[in-house]
Amino acid sequence: MIERQEHESPAPDTASSDLRALGAWGGSRRDFMRTAIAAGVAIGLPMALQGCVLGAAGRKKLDFGDDFGILNFAYALETLEAEFYEHVVRNPPADLRPGELQVLRDIGAHEKEHQRFFKRALNVLRIEIPPRDFSSIVMTRDGVLGAARMFEDLGVAGYNGAGSRVRLAEFLTIAGKIVSVEARHASAIRDLIDPNSRSFAGDDVIDAMGMDRALAPAAILDRAQPFFRGRLKVVNL
Amino acid sequence: MAMPSMRGDTVDVLNFALMLEELEAEFYTRGVAAPGLIPDDVHAVFDQIRKHEVAHVAFIRGALGARAIARPTFDFTAGGMFADVFTNPETFMMLAQAFEDTGVRAYKGQAATLMPDPAVLESALKIHSVEARHGAEVRRVRRQKGWISGSSRGDLPPVAQKVYDGEGNTFHFILAQPSSNKLGLSEAFDEPLTKGQVMEIVRPFVRGGR
Repeated sequence: MIERQEHESPAPDTASSDLRALGAWGGSRRDFMRTAIAAGVAIGLPMALQGCVLGAAGRKKLDFGDDFGILNFAYALETLEAEFYEHVVRNPPADLRPGELQVLRDIGAHEKEHQRFFKRALNVLRIEIPPRDFSSIVMTRDGVLGAARMFEDLGVAGYNGAGSRVRLAEFLTIAGKIVSVEARHASAIRDLIDPNSRSFAGDDVIDAMGMDRALAPAAILDRAQPFFRGRLKVVNL
Repeated sequence: MAMPSMRGDTVDVLNFALMLEELEAEFYTRGVAAPGLIPDDVHAVFDQIRKHEVAHVAFIRGALGARAIARPTFDFTAGGMFADVFTNPETFMMLAQAFEDTGVRAYKGQAATLMPDPAVLESALKIHSVEARHGAEVRRVRRQKGWISGSSRGDLPPVAQKVYDGEGNTFHFILAQPSSNKLGLSEAFDEPLTKGQVMEIVRPFVRGGR
């Protein structure tokens, strides 16, 4: 189960693009983040954060009270996916068919770029993700492709569910650029499992309105939790 | 589910999406029905896509109610450029790839405009990812990778380059991303298109309506 904690302290919304606000800041951490986001857009996010004393090293909680929580959520999922594919490439199932390992390698390379993007964007505000644990995945073709399908569908549902929570338009655009590729991944994996069929966008994931899933962050983290050794702590869900 | 109080911007985005979905719905409906066009072994793929596009049209029309545009008249030959669109499987599938890859980019270009309407935004995201699934599958049926490398149109003719221009961008948000894997980096992010850019691509196929 995910541990949930109550919102830390109420704070007025003081979002401001005034850089001086960063130095004169005396409000809550939430205020600071909103100001930092706005200022960061203006001057470059990593630079905005480097000069600040945050005590954020070793952050372990995903705080959905602000966009950084959502970015960290994505960072955690992308890390999970990137490392899953690295794990597969290091231990390729003997019964993979010709060309399939390369597809998995290509997908893993994309997830790595996604992870690297969030790591750079978050800089000192990134959380410490619990160690990953893929021991439950059976390292056969079926086991690996099934796990890949699960991770990719999960990523799509996660981005779709988080999109309407994002406050900054630039972050929504980035999420859109990424979920698009995750959906391509999901389609490709499903095509490997059941080629030339309806499975790429099957009725098991696409509803009667022709829509993909959107899951709330809590539901995503519940499904991802088995692959982390240690609890993902979430606040302000 | 007619919403007379829907924001004008949202109505415009949904009508833009509706036009594209009507285009795709008719394209696949005609393609699936054309005798001998779609090979038997991939018929299910294109019928599934058709089913989704028809459902998207229905959803968007329902959301817009009286504010929905009339269904446009389409010319999938684009004035004769693709005269064999419904008789030549290669032509049909090439256009399918172009339409899907364009539609995906179109939704991305409009997402931010929907932010004041979170429920509509979420529906749009849920449709967008399905279009991306379509795009990947059509590409794979055509023996291409499911994702877009650089700004490459792959084996599509030069007239289709507009569909892929800008896809090689590696400057995301405010961060230029250094990577030793330039190809993977370009593939990892799909790029939006503006409404104007999309209209430039689809205008040859639209005869009447808006």
